[in-house]
Amino acid sequence: MTRLSPARIALYVISALVLVYLILPVLIIAPISFSSARFLTFPPPSFSTRWYQQYFANPAWMQATRVTLTIAFLTVLIATPCGVAAAYAISQSRLRIMRVIHMALLLPLVVPIIITAVGIFFVYARVGLVATLPGLVLANVMLGLPYVVISVLAGLQSFDPAQEMVARSLGMNRLRSFFAVTLPQIKSSVVAGGIFAFISAMDETIVALFISGGQYQPLTKRMFTALRDEIDPTIAAISTLMTAASFMLVLLASARQKKGG
Amino acid sequence: MLALVSPALLVILALIVLPVGWLAWQSIYHDGFTLENYRRVFTEDIYWRSFALTFEISLAVTVIALLLGYPVAYLANSVPKGWSILILSLVVLPFWTSVLVRAYAWLALLQRTGVINQLLRYLDVVGEPLALVHNTFGTVVATVHILLPFMVLPLYATMQKIPGDLMQAGASLGASPTLTFMRVFLPLSLPGVLAGCTMVFVLCLGFYITPELLGGGRTVMVSMLVSRNVELYNQFGAASAVAVVLLLCVLAIFFAVSRFISLDRILGQK
Repeated sequence: MTRLSPARIALYVISALVLVYLILPVLIIAPISFSSARFLTFPPPSFSTRWYQQYFANPAWMQATRVTLTIAFLTVLIATPCGVAAAYAISQSRLRIMRVIHMALLLPLVVPIIITAVGIFFVYARVGLVATLPGLVLANVMLGLPYVVISVLAGLQSFDPAQEMVARSLGMNRLRSFFAVTLPQIKSSVVAGGIFAFISAMDETIVALFISGGQYQPLTKRMFTALRDEIDPTIAAISTLMTAASFMLVLLASARQKKGG
Repeated sequence: MLALVSPALLVILALIVLPVGWLAWQSIYHDGFTLENYRRVFTEDIYWRSFALTFEISLAVTVIALLLGYPVAYLANSVPKGWSILILSLVVLPFWTSVLVRAYAWLALLQRTGVINQLLRYLDVVGEPLALVHNTFGTVVATVHILLPFMVLPLYATMQKIPGDLMQAGASLGASPTLTFMRVFLPLSLPGVLAGCTMVFVLCLGFYITPELLGGGRTVMVSMLVSRNVELYNQFGAASAVAVVLLLCVLAIFFAVSRFISLDRILGQK
């Protein structure tokens, strides 16, 4: 065994510090949310669930939570089939234009979100979609599509299209062979793409700041406004719940991906 | 096949191509063609300073993210598989936490009565609480935190492709580990450096939530200029012109970088 050189030790120490920097903010929220103190004190004086009670007892927060969940579910329901169909077409077709379309579908990742948000606000203002549920869902479908497309394209890369040919040569039509042969094999990447679209819709804030209002304000918009005004530990409780939800969904997605496909 | 992509394409056309096109149109047309909005963006002080500040912050964030991210990616690449999975999981863990939640966490950590100031005063390091947030410092700390995964992942992906034999060959020819690193490993990892830096810099140019919540109103980045012109001043033309200039900067950077490495490599993550 070789002795550790000073450079190697420095590498370990620096990396450890960077990892602490990355993890610390994620870990700090839960203890704050269970603290009884009105103001931030660390370590928390005593354990309490009062901020969770305040969250669940507040009709405005509850309404915002319903809006967020509705948006996220509808986004997945629309973005997943659209994204799967598009990814399938991109992987199967040899048309030149498909490369351009592929790039176009990744645009939401390239254009700074603040620009997209303001642009959507102007368009929605013209067609009367500001502060409506369909408006919010459509915007989130657009933002979630790239995740579905990327995930499903990766899944299709390890799938042998010859299998679908066999099914078709045995008399299945294209649609039936897709559902019977292809889809079961790329199922995990479809589920993973859908989960990423869900998380993206749940966390989306900037577009919501511009186009949501009235009774259709998602959690993130209310949190943003609350954070700008004062620091209310109720936010810590909501943040903890949101983070727990995200992590569980990511674990679910990666567990599925490991199963194959 | 075109029928299959059409729903997705329609969504993209209606919700990003049309809105951005609308912004571009609105920036040059208001009861007739005008370049007034662009004249303001390029001549008025407040716009200039905001663009300069945004580029400075993005540059600082990129350099810091590279300095912090390179050692982590290097370590993840040089340890046994189990360890590298652990390190990479810790890197992407914050990725899945909402940006808003992390802004809140940094407020809790950095504010005058926050965790870090309390700790420093408890240890008697400082008498007065330090101003760690509601300024550019707090913005940079939180922004680097959010963008670091975008630096580490492409670096790691590139380092993985560097054959280990090359380092051994360098050593067997008598070069010291430092020399082998500088002459062999570092140059071969440069595509990853370029990919990571591009992604971090470009994402930072458009950052909104973090500077808005942690900048304390003094750190006015371009994105905030856009939102203020819309929400506070109803200056739709000016907001559109600022947005168009920002978008052109982003596209120009992607275009310039794509001459050296493929765009797939930059956008491949997440």
